[in-house]
Amino acid sequence: MAEWLRPRHMNEALRLLAELPADHHQIISGGTDVMVAQQLRAPRDIAVWLDLSAIPELKMVEVTAEGIRIGAGVTLSVLRRHPEVQKHWPMLAASAAVTGAAPIQNRATLGGNLCNASPAADNAPVLLAYGARLEIAGPNGTRFLPYDQFHLGYRQTALAAHELLQAIHVPYLPGGSRAYYRKVGTRAAQAIAKVGIAAWIHFDAGQGIIAARFGLASVAATPCLLPRVSHYLEGNNLKHVCEFTIREKVSSDIKPVDDIRSTAEYRLEVASRLVWEAIHDAH
Amino acid sequence: MSVKMQINGQEVQVQAPPASRLLDVLRGELGLKGAKEGCGEGECGACAVLVNGQVVNSCLIPLGQMDGAKIVTIEGVPGDSPLLQSFHDCAAAQCGICTPGMILAATALLAEHPQPTMDEIRWGLSGNLCRCTGYGRIYEAVTQASTGDAHG
Ligand SMILES: Cc1cc2nc3c(=O)[nH]c(=O)nc-3n(C[C@H](O)[C@H](O)[C@H](O)COP(=O)(O)OP(=O)(O)OC[C@H]3O[C@@H](n4cnc5c(N)ncnc54)[C@H](O)[C@@H]3O)c2cc1C
Ligand code: FES
Ligand code: FES
Repeated sequence: MAEWLRPRHMNEALRLLAELPADHHQIISGGTDVMVAQQLRAPRDIAVWLDLSAIPELKMVEVTAEGIRIGAGVTLSVLRRHPEVQKHWPMLAASAAVTGAAPIQNRATLGGNLCNASPAADNAPVLLAYGARLEIAGPNGTRFLPYDQFHLGYRQTALAAHELLQAIHVPYLPGGSRAYYRKVGTRAAQAIAKVGIAAWIHFDAGQGIIAARFGLASVAATPCLLPRVSHYLEGNNLKHVCEFTIREKVSSDIKPVDDIRSTAEYRLEVASRLVWEAIHDAH
Repeated sequence: MSVKMQINGQEVQVQAPPASRLLDVLRGELGLKGAKEGCGEGECGACAVLVNGQVVNSCLIPLGQMDGAKIVTIEGVPGDSPLLQSFHDCAAAQCGICTPGMILAATALLAEHPQPTMDEIRWGLSGNLCRCTGYGRIYEAVTQASTGDAHG
Protein backbone atom coordinates (compact mmCIF):
# COMPACT_ATOMS: atom_id res chain seq x y z
CA MET A 1 0.00 0.00 0.00
CA ALA A 2 1.23 3.48 -0.79
CA GLU A 3 2.61 5.50 2.07
CA TRP A 4 1.04 8.85 2.97
CA LEU A 5 3.26 11.48 4.60
CA ARG A 6 1.50 14.47 6.07
CA PRO A 7 4.03 16.80 7.70
CA ARG A 8 2.90 19.71 9.89
CA HIS A 9 5.94 21.92 9.28
CA MET A 10 7.90 23.02 6.26
CA ASN A 11 11.20 21.78 7.76
CA GLU A 12 9.73 18.35 8.24
CA ALA A 13 8.38 18.35 4.67
CA LEU A 14 11.81 19.24 3.29
CA ARG A 15 13.53 16.59 5.37
CA LEU A 16 11.05 13.94 4.19
CA LEU A 17 11.36 15.07 0.59
CA ALA A 18 15.15 14.80 0.70
CA GLU A 19 14.84 11.13 1.68
CA LEU A 20 12.22 10.13 -0.87
CA PRO A 21 13.06 8.02 -3.91
CA ALA A 22 13.43 10.28 -6.94
CA ASP A 23 10.57 8.71 -8.89
CA HIS A 24 7.53 7.01 -7.45
CA HIS A 25 6.60 9.83 -5.17
CA GLN A 26 3.97 12.49 -5.59
CA ILE A 27 3.69 15.88 -3.95
CA ILE A 28 0.09 16.92 -3.40
CA SER A 29 -1.48 20.15 -2.19
CA GLY A 30 -5.15 20.81 -3.09
CA GLY A 31 -5.08 17.77 -5.37
CA THR A 32 -7.26 19.24 -8.12
CA ASP A 33 -4.63 18.54 -10.77
CA VAL A 34 -3.00 15.52 -9.16
CA MET A 35 -6.22 13.62 -8.53
CA VAL A 36 -7.38 14.06 -12.12
CA ALA A 37 -4.00 12.85 -13.40
CA GLN A 38 -4.19 9.98 -10.92
CA GLN A 39 -7.40 8.78 -12.54
CA LEU A 40 -5.46 8.25 -15.74
CA ARG A 41 -2.57 6.37 -14.14
CA ALA A 42 -2.22 3.09 -12.26
CA PRO A 43 -2.33 3.98 -8.54
CA ARG A 44 0.58 1.67 -7.70
CA ASP A 45 2.91 3.90 -9.72
CA ILE A 46 3.08 6.12 -6.66
CA ALA A 47 4.82 4.58 -3.67
CA VAL A 48 4.89 7.63 -1.38
CA TRP A 49 2.70 10.71 -1.20
CA LEU A 50 3.96 13.91 0.32
CA ASP A 51 0.88 15.84 1.37
CA LEU A 52 1.42 19.58 1.95
CA SER A 53 -2.16 20.31 2.99
CA ALA A 54 -1.55 20.21 6.76
CA ILE A 55 1.27 22.77 6.88
CA PRO A 56 -0.07 26.01 8.39
CA GLU A 57 2.95 28.04 7.16
CA LEU A 58 1.88 27.41 3.57
CA LYS A 59 -1.60 28.82 4.24
CA MET A 60 -0.49 32.24 5.41
CA VAL A 61 -1.09 35.56 3.69
CA GLU A 62 1.08 38.39 5.02
CA VAL A 63 1.13 42.00 3.99
CA THR A 64 4.64 43.41 4.21
CA ALA A 65 6.25 46.79 3.53
CA GLU A 66 7.11 45.70 -0.03
CA GLY A 67 3.89 43.94 -0.92
CA ILE A 68 2.16 40.70 -0.12
CA ARG A 69 3.53 37.25 0.64
CA ILE A 70 1.13 34.46 -0.25
CA GLY A 71 1.86 30.96 1.02
CA ALA A 72 1.94 28.37 -1.75
CA GLY A 73 -0.93 26.51 -0.07
CA VAL A 74 -3.35 29.44 0.02
CA THR A 75 -6.52 28.48 -1.84
CA LEU A 76 -7.97 30.47 -4.68
CA SER A 77 -11.20 31.08 -2.75
CA VAL A 78 -9.18 32.72 0.05
CA LEU A 79 -7.30 34.86 -2.48
CA ARG A 80 -10.41 35.87 -4.36
CA ARG A 81 -11.97 37.25 -1.17
CA HIS A 82 -8.89 38.71 0.45
CA PRO A 83 -9.51 42.45 0.99
CA GLU A 84 -5.84 43.47 0.49
CA VAL A 85 -5.58 41.41 -2.67
CA GLN A 86 -8.78 42.95 -4.01
CA LYS A 87 -7.54 46.42 -3.20
CA HIS A 88 -3.90 46.38 -4.34
CA TRP A 89 -3.71 43.42 -6.75
CA PRO A 90 -7.18 43.29 -8.30
CA MET A 91 -5.97 41.21 -11.25
CA LEU A 92 -4.98 38.43 -8.87
CA ALA A 93 -8.39 38.47 -7.19
CA ALA A 94 -9.90 38.37 -10.70
CA SER A 95 -7.78 35.47 -11.97
CA ALA A 96 -8.39 33.45 -8.81
CA ALA A 97 -12.12 34.03 -9.32
CA VAL A 98 -12.10 32.52 -12.82
CA THR A 99 -9.89 29.50 -12.07
CA GLY A 100 -12.48 26.72 -12.09
CA ALA A 101 -15.83 26.81 -10.33
CA ALA A 102 -16.55 27.27 -6.61
CA PRO A 103 -15.71 23.73 -5.40
CA ILE A 104 -12.41 23.78 -7.31
CA GLN A 105 -11.43 27.14 -5.82
CA ASN A 106 -12.11 25.82 -2.34
CA ARG A 107 -9.32 23.28 -2.81
CA ALA A 108 -7.02 24.56 -5.56
CA THR A 109 -3.95 26.41 -4.33
CA LEU A 110 -1.95 29.19 -5.95
CA GLY A 111 1.26 27.18 -5.56
CA GLY A 112 -0.37 24.16 -7.21
CA ASN A 113 -1.48 26.28 -10.14
CA LEU A 114 2.11 27.45 -10.75
CA CYS A 115 3.88 24.13 -10.03
CA ASN A 116 1.50 22.16 -12.19
CA ALA A 117 2.96 24.37 -14.90
CA SER A 118 0.19 24.18 -17.44
CA PRO A 119 0.66 26.74 -20.23
CA ALA A 120 -3.00 27.61 -19.60
CA ALA A 121 -2.65 28.28 -15.84
CA ASP A 122 -4.96 31.20 -15.17
CA ASN A 123 -3.02 32.88 -12.38
CA ALA A 124 0.30 32.78 -14.22
CA PRO A 125 -0.23 35.81 -16.52
CA VAL A 126 -1.17 38.01 -13.59
CA LEU A 127 1.90 37.08 -11.56
CA LEU A 128 4.10 37.67 -14.61
CA ALA A 129 2.57 41.10 -15.19
CA TYR A 130 2.88 42.07 -11.53
CA GLY A 131 6.53 41.02 -11.47
CA ALA A 132 6.09 38.40 -8.73
CA ARG A 133 8.99 36.58 -7.05
CA LEU A 134 8.95 33.04 -5.78
CA GLU A 135 10.29 31.91 -2.44
CA ILE A 136 11.63 28.41 -2.92
CA ALA A 137 12.66 26.23 0.01
CA GLY A 138 15.23 23.49 -0.29
CA PRO A 139 17.55 21.40 1.87
CA ASN A 140 20.13 24.22 1.91
CA GLY A 141 17.75 27.03 2.77
CA THR A 142 15.56 29.42 0.87
CA ARG A 143 16.16 31.11 -2.46
CA PHE A 144 14.23 33.75 -4.36
CA LEU A 145 13.52 33.52 -8.06
CA PRO A 146 11.77 36.05 -10.29
CA TYR A 147 8.64 34.26 -11.44
CA ASP A 148 9.45 34.92 -15.10
CA GLN A 149 12.39 32.51 -14.71
CA PHE A 150 10.32 29.68 -13.26
CA HIS A 151 8.83 28.06 -16.36
CA LEU A 152 11.66 26.47 -18.33
CA GLY A 153 9.71 24.50 -20.91
CA TYR A 154 6.49 22.63 -21.39
CA ARG A 155 5.50 21.52 -17.86
CA GLN A 156 9.08 22.00 -16.74
CA THR A 157 9.90 24.28 -13.83
CA ALA A 158 13.03 25.59 -12.14
CA LEU A 159 12.23 23.59 -8.96
CA ALA A 160 15.02 21.15 -8.16
CA ALA A 161 14.16 17.63 -7.04
CA HIS A 162 14.30 18.40 -3.33
CA GLU A 163 12.73 21.84 -3.42
CA LEU A 164 9.24 23.05 -2.61
CA LEU A 165 7.54 26.28 -3.51
CA GLN A 166 6.99 28.06 -0.21
CA ALA A 167 5.46 31.43 -1.09
CA ILE A 168 4.69 33.92 -3.83
CA HIS A 169 5.68 37.56 -3.29
CA VAL A 170 3.84 40.27 -5.18
CA PRO A 171 5.17 43.84 -4.91
CA TYR A 172 3.17 47.03 -4.46
CA LEU A 173 2.89 48.93 -7.71
CA PRO A 174 4.06 52.50 -8.25
CA GLY A 175 1.58 55.35 -8.64
CA GLY A 176 0.47 55.71 -12.27
CA SER A 177 0.08 51.93 -12.65
CA ARG A 178 -2.78 50.64 -14.71
CA ALA A 179 -3.88 47.04 -15.09
CA TYR A 180 -5.92 44.89 -17.44
CA TYR A 181 -6.90 41.24 -17.11
CA ARG A 182 -8.92 39.05 -19.38
CA LYS A 183 -9.47 35.36 -19.93
CA VAL A 184 -10.90 34.42 -23.28
CA GLY A 185 -12.40 30.96 -23.07
CA THR A 186 -15.57 29.32 -24.10
CA ARG A 187 -17.42 29.64 -20.81
CA ALA A 188 -16.74 31.98 -17.93
CA ALA A 189 -15.59 29.94 -14.97
CA GLN A 190 -14.84 26.38 -15.94
CA ALA A 191 -13.29 26.83 -19.36
CA ILE A 192 -9.61 26.29 -19.81
CA ALA A 193 -8.36 29.56 -21.24
CA LYS A 194 -7.87 29.81 -24.98
CA VAL A 195 -5.89 32.93 -24.26
CA GLY A 196 -5.39 34.69 -20.95
CA ILE A 197 -3.76 38.09 -20.65
CA ALA A 198 -2.70 40.32 -17.80
CA ALA A 199 -1.11 43.68 -18.37
CA TRP A 200 0.59 46.16 -16.07
CA ILE A 201 1.40 49.53 -17.57
CA HIS A 202 3.17 52.30 -15.69
CA PHE A 203 2.27 55.71 -17.10
CA ASP A 204 3.92 59.03 -16.33
CA ALA A 205 1.73 62.02 -15.48
CA GLY A 206 0.48 62.05 -19.07
CA GLN A 207 0.30 59.38 -21.78
CA GLY A 208 3.98 58.44 -21.63
CA ILE A 209 4.71 54.82 -20.88
CA ILE A 210 7.48 54.29 -18.32
CA ALA A 211 7.22 50.51 -18.14
CA ALA A 212 4.89 47.76 -19.29
CA ARG A 213 4.62 44.03 -18.72
CA PHE A 214 2.25 41.56 -20.35
CA GLY A 215 1.72 38.04 -19.07
CA LEU A 216 0.02 35.56 -21.38
CA ALA A 217 -1.34 32.06 -20.97
CA SER A 218 -2.04 29.47 -23.66
CA VAL A 219 0.00 31.13 -26.40
CA ALA A 220 3.20 29.12 -26.00
CA ALA A 221 4.56 26.04 -24.24
CA THR A 222 4.69 27.99 -20.98
CA PRO A 223 3.00 31.07 -19.58
CA CYS A 224 5.13 33.92 -20.94
CA LEU A 225 5.96 37.60 -21.05
CA LEU A 226 6.06 39.73 -24.20
CA PRO A 227 9.54 41.27 -23.95
CA ARG A 228 9.56 42.83 -27.45
CA VAL A 229 6.19 44.44 -26.92
CA SER A 230 7.40 45.83 -23.59
CA HIS A 231 10.58 47.14 -25.17
CA TYR A 232 8.62 48.88 -27.93
CA LEU A 233 6.28 50.53 -25.46
CA GLU A 234 8.76 51.68 -22.84
CA GLY A 235 9.59 55.33 -23.38
CA ASN A 236 6.89 55.57 -26.04
CA ASN A 237 3.73 57.63 -25.84
CA LEU A 238 0.28 56.08 -26.04
CA LYS A 239 -0.55 58.50 -28.90
CA HIS A 240 2.27 57.08 -31.03
CA VAL A 241 1.73 53.40 -30.44
CA CYS A 242 0.94 51.68 -33.72
CA GLU A 243 -1.39 48.71 -33.99
CA PHE A 244 0.56 47.11 -36.82
CA THR A 245 3.82 47.25 -34.90
CA ILE A 246 2.17 45.74 -31.83
CA ARG A 247 0.99 42.84 -33.91
CA GLU A 248 4.43 42.34 -35.34
CA LYS A 249 6.03 42.40 -31.89
CA VAL A 250 3.44 40.02 -30.48
CA SER A 251 4.05 37.54 -33.28
CA SER A 252 7.79 37.60 -32.68
CA ASP A 253 7.31 37.17 -28.93
CA ILE A 254 4.99 34.18 -28.89
CA LYS A 255 4.87 30.77 -30.47
CA PRO A 256 1.22 29.93 -30.44
CA VAL A 257 0.17 26.31 -30.62
CA ASP A 258 -2.53 24.43 -32.48
CA ASP A 259 -4.43 22.14 -30.17
CA ILE A 260 -7.88 20.79 -29.52
CA ARG A 261 -9.05 24.10 -28.12
CA SER A 262 -7.92 26.40 -30.89
CA THR A 263 -5.57 27.11 -33.82
CA ALA A 264 -2.27 28.98 -33.67
CA GLU A 265 -3.54 31.63 -36.07
CA TYR A 266 -6.62 32.30 -33.97
CA ARG A 267 -4.47 32.61 -30.86
CA LEU A 268 -2.09 35.09 -32.50
CA GLU A 269 -5.01 37.18 -33.69
CA VAL A 270 -6.67 37.14 -30.27
CA ALA A 271 -3.41 37.84 -28.44
CA SER A 272 -2.61 40.85 -30.65
CA ARG A 273 -6.05 42.33 -30.21
CA LEU A 274 -5.95 41.74 -26.47
CA VAL A 275 -2.59 43.48 -26.16
CA TRP A 276 -3.94 46.44 -28.14
CA GLU A 277 -7.04 46.52 -25.96
CA ALA A 278 -4.96 46.21 -22.80
CA ILE A 279 -2.81 49.20 -23.71
CA HIS A 280 -5.86 51.38 -24.24
CA ASP A 281 -8.29 50.03 -21.66
CA ALA A 282 -5.96 49.44 -18.72
CA HIS A 283 -7.16 51.38 -15.72
CA MET B 1 -4.06 3.73 6.36
CA SER B 2 -6.42 4.49 9.21
CA VAL B 3 -8.19 7.84 9.08
CA LYS B 4 -10.50 9.41 11.64
CA MET B 5 -13.17 11.79 10.40
CA GLN B 6 -16.41 13.22 11.60
CA ILE B 7 -19.12 12.38 9.12
CA ASN B 8 -22.59 13.84 9.59
CA GLY B 9 -21.77 14.50 13.23
CA GLN B 10 -20.45 11.02 14.01
CA GLU B 11 -16.86 10.00 14.62
CA VAL B 12 -15.84 7.46 12.01
CA GLN B 13 -12.62 5.54 11.57
CA VAL B 14 -11.84 4.11 8.15
CA GLN B 15 -9.13 1.72 7.06
CA ALA B 16 -8.35 2.10 3.33
CA PRO B 17 -5.52 2.98 0.97
CA PRO B 18 -4.60 6.66 1.50
CA ALA B 19 -5.05 7.65 -2.14
CA SER B 20 -8.61 6.28 -2.19
CA ARG B 21 -11.05 8.92 -3.29
CA LEU B 22 -13.32 10.21 -0.55
CA LEU B 23 -16.19 9.47 -2.95
CA ASP B 24 -15.35 5.76 -2.99
CA VAL B 25 -14.85 5.65 0.77
CA LEU B 26 -18.26 7.24 1.37
CA ARG B 27 -20.10 5.03 -1.07
CA GLY B 28 -18.13 1.79 -0.70
CA GLU B 29 -16.82 1.65 2.86
CA LEU B 30 -19.52 3.65 4.60
CA GLY B 31 -22.59 2.92 2.49
CA LEU B 32 -23.37 6.62 2.05
CA LYS B 33 -24.59 6.55 -1.53
CA GLY B 34 -26.00 10.05 -1.74
CA ALA B 35 -22.81 11.36 -3.36
CA LYS B 36 -22.84 10.25 -6.99
CA GLU B 37 -20.09 9.78 -9.51
CA GLY B 38 -20.73 11.81 -12.64
CA CYS B 39 -17.54 12.78 -14.40
CA GLY B 40 -14.91 11.68 -11.86
CA GLU B 41 -12.85 14.74 -12.86
CA GLY B 42 -14.14 17.63 -10.81
CA GLU B 43 -16.38 19.08 -13.51
CA CYS B 44 -19.92 18.11 -12.56
CA GLY B 45 -20.45 18.33 -8.79
CA ALA B 46 -22.55 15.16 -8.55
CA CYS B 47 -20.08 13.96 -5.91
CA ALA B 48 -20.09 17.22 -3.93
CA VAL B 49 -19.94 17.11 -0.13
CA LEU B 50 -19.10 19.66 2.54
CA VAL B 51 -15.65 19.45 4.11
CA ASN B 52 -15.19 21.80 7.06
CA GLY B 53 -18.18 23.77 5.77
CA GLN B 54 -16.96 24.21 2.21
CA VAL B 55 -18.40 22.58 -0.87
CA VAL B 56 -15.85 20.33 -2.58
CA ASN B 57 -15.82 17.47 -5.06
CA SER B 58 -15.28 14.18 -3.24
CA CYS B 59 -13.95 12.56 -6.43
CA LEU B 60 -10.85 14.79 -6.18
CA ILE B 61 -10.11 14.25 -2.48
CA PRO B 62 -7.75 11.53 -1.31
CA LEU B 63 -8.63 9.91 1.99
CA GLY B 64 -5.16 10.75 3.34
CA GLN B 65 -6.10 14.44 3.49
CA MET B 66 -9.27 13.85 5.51
CA ASP B 67 -7.78 13.00 8.90
CA GLY B 68 -9.68 15.13 11.41
CA ALA B 69 -12.03 16.61 8.79
CA LYS B 70 -15.71 17.35 9.38
CA ILE B 71 -17.72 16.05 6.48
CA VAL B 72 -21.39 16.51 5.66
CA THR B 73 -23.07 14.41 2.98
CA ILE B 74 -26.66 14.67 1.77
CA GLU B 75 -27.57 12.01 4.36
CA GLY B 76 -26.51 14.51 7.04
CA VAL B 77 -28.69 17.38 5.85
CA PRO B 78 -31.44 17.76 8.45
CA GLY B 79 -34.91 16.67 7.33
CA ASP B 80 -36.27 20.09 8.19
CA SER B 81 -33.78 21.96 5.96
CA PRO B 82 -35.82 24.51 4.01
CA LEU B 83 -33.91 23.43 0.90
CA LEU B 84 -35.49 19.98 0.92
CA GLN B 85 -38.94 21.51 1.01
CA SER B 86 -38.20 24.17 -1.58
CA PHE B 87 -36.59 21.71 -4.04
CA HIS B 88 -39.76 19.69 -3.74
CA ASP B 89 -42.08 22.69 -4.05
CA CYS B 90 -40.27 24.12 -7.06
CA ALA B 91 -39.90 20.75 -8.82
CA ALA B 92 -36.16 21.43 -8.85
CA ALA B 93 -35.24 17.76 -9.13
CA GLN B 94 -35.99 15.62 -12.16
CA CYS B 95 -33.70 12.61 -12.56
CA GLY B 96 -32.13 13.59 -9.24
CA ILE B 97 -28.50 12.77 -10.02
CA CYS B 98 -27.38 16.34 -9.43
CA THR B 99 -29.69 17.01 -6.49
CA PRO B 100 -27.55 15.92 -3.52
CA GLY B 101 -24.64 18.02 -4.79
CA MET B 102 -26.93 20.96 -5.53
CA ILE B 103 -28.43 20.87 -2.04
CA LEU B 104 -25.01 20.70 -0.40
CA ALA B 105 -23.65 23.54 -2.55
CA ALA B 106 -26.77 25.55 -1.67
CA THR B 107 -26.31 24.71 2.02
CA ALA B 108 -22.78 26.14 1.96
CA LEU B 109 -24.02 29.17 0.00
CA LEU B 110 -26.84 29.96 2.44
CA ALA B 111 -24.50 29.56 5.41
CA GLU B 112 -22.33 32.30 3.92
CA HIS B 113 -25.05 34.43 2.33
CA PRO B 114 -28.39 33.86 4.06
CA GLN B 115 -30.07 36.16 1.50
CA PRO B 116 -28.09 35.52 -1.67
CA THR B 117 -28.46 37.59 -4.82
CA MET B 118 -29.04 35.76 -8.11
CA ASP B 119 -25.35 36.23 -8.96
CA GLU B 120 -24.33 34.70 -5.65
CA ILE B 121 -26.65 31.75 -6.27
CA ARG B 122 -25.22 31.22 -9.75
CA TRP B 123 -21.71 31.38 -8.33
CA GLY B 124 -22.46 29.11 -5.36
CA LEU B 125 -23.84 26.45 -7.72
CA SER B 126 -21.28 27.07 -10.49
CA GLY B 127 -19.59 23.72 -9.94
CA ASN B 128 -22.79 21.70 -10.19
CA LEU B 129 -24.13 20.67 -13.57
CA CYS B 130 -27.73 19.66 -14.22
CA ARG B 131 -28.76 18.02 -17.47
CA CYS B 132 -32.49 18.07 -16.78
CA THR B 133 -33.89 21.23 -15.27
CA GLY B 134 -32.19 24.10 -17.08
CA TYR B 135 -31.30 25.50 -13.62
CA GLY B 136 -34.21 27.97 -13.38
CA ARG B 137 -36.14 25.86 -10.91
CA ILE B 138 -33.05 25.12 -8.89
CA TYR B 139 -32.22 28.82 -8.53
CA GLU B 140 -35.84 29.43 -7.63
CA ALA B 141 -35.72 26.73 -4.96
CA VAL B 142 -32.62 28.26 -3.39
CA THR B 143 -34.27 31.68 -3.41
CA GLN B 144 -37.37 30.24 -1.80
CA ALA B 145 -35.35 28.52 0.89
CA SER B 146 -33.62 31.80 1.69
CA THR B 147 -36.74 34.00 1.82
CA GLY B 148 -39.19 31.43 3.12
CA ASP B 149 -41.64 32.54 0.41
CA ALA B 150 -43.59 29.65 -1.00
CA HIS B 151 -43.28 28.87 -4.67
CA GLY B 152 -45.76 31.00 -6.61
C1 LIG C 1 -12.73 20.77 -12.96
C2 LIG C 1 -11.43 21.52 -12.96
C3 LIG C 1 -11.39 22.80 -13.48
C4 LIG C 1 -10.19 23.53 -13.50
N1 LIG C 1 -10.20 24.78 -14.03
C5 LIG C 1 -9.04 25.48 -14.09
C6 LIG C 1 -9.02 26.80 -14.66
O1 LIG C 1 -10.03 27.33 -15.10
N2 LIG C 1 -7.80 27.44 -14.72
C7 LIG C 1 -6.66 26.89 -14.25
O2 LIG C 1 -5.61 27.53 -14.32
N3 LIG C 1 -6.65 25.65 -13.68
C8 LIG C 1 -7.81 24.95 -13.60
N4 LIG C 1 -7.81 23.68 -13.06
C9 LIG C 1 -6.54 23.10 -12.59
C10 LIG C 1 -6.26 23.19 -11.08
O3 LIG C 1 -7.44 23.33 -10.34
C11 LIG C 1 -5.31 24.33 -10.73
O4 LIG C 1 -4.12 24.22 -11.48
C12 LIG C 1 -4.99 24.37 -9.23
O5 LIG C 1 -4.56 25.66 -8.87
C13 LIG C 1 -3.95 23.36 -8.79
O6 LIG C 1 -3.71 23.51 -7.39
P1 LIG C 1 -3.77 22.26 -6.39
O7 LIG C 1 -3.40 22.76 -5.05
O8 LIG C 1 -5.05 21.55 -6.51
O9 LIG C 1 -2.59 21.39 -7.03
P2 LIG C 1 -2.22 19.85 -6.87
O10 LIG C 1 -3.06 19.05 -7.77
O11 LIG C 1 -2.16 19.46 -5.44
O12 LIG C 1 -0.73 19.91 -7.43
C14 LIG C 1 -0.44 20.31 -8.75
C15 LIG C 1 1.05 20.11 -9.03
O13 LIG C 1 1.84 21.03 -8.30
C16 LIG C 1 2.74 20.36 -7.43
N5 LIG C 1 2.80 21.16 -6.20
C17 LIG C 1 1.71 21.68 -5.53
N6 LIG C 1 2.13 22.46 -4.52
C18 LIG C 1 3.49 22.46 -4.54
C19 LIG C 1 4.50 23.10 -3.75
N7 LIG C 1 4.18 23.93 -2.73
N8 LIG C 1 5.80 22.91 -4.07
C20 LIG C 1 6.13 22.09 -5.12
N9 LIG C 1 5.22 21.47 -5.90
C21 LIG C 1 3.92 21.64 -5.62
C22 LIG C 1 2.19 18.96 -7.27
O14 LIG C 1 3.21 18.05 -7.04
C23 LIG C 1 1.56 18.74 -8.64
O15 LIG C 1 2.52 18.35 -9.57
C24 LIG C 1 -9.00 22.94 -12.99
C25 LIG C 1 -9.06 21.65 -12.45
C26 LIG C 1 -10.24 20.94 -12.44
C27 LIG C 1 -10.28 19.56 -11.86
S1 FES D 1 -17.95 13.13 -10.14
FE1 FES D 1 -16.88 14.53 -8.94
S2 FES D 1 -17.18 16.37 -9.96
FE2 FES D 1 -18.09 14.95 -11.33
S1 FES E 1 -32.20 16.70 -12.19
FE1 FES E 1 -31.22 15.40 -13.63
S2 FES E 1 -29.23 16.23 -13.66
FE2 FES E 1 -30.27 17.64 -12.48
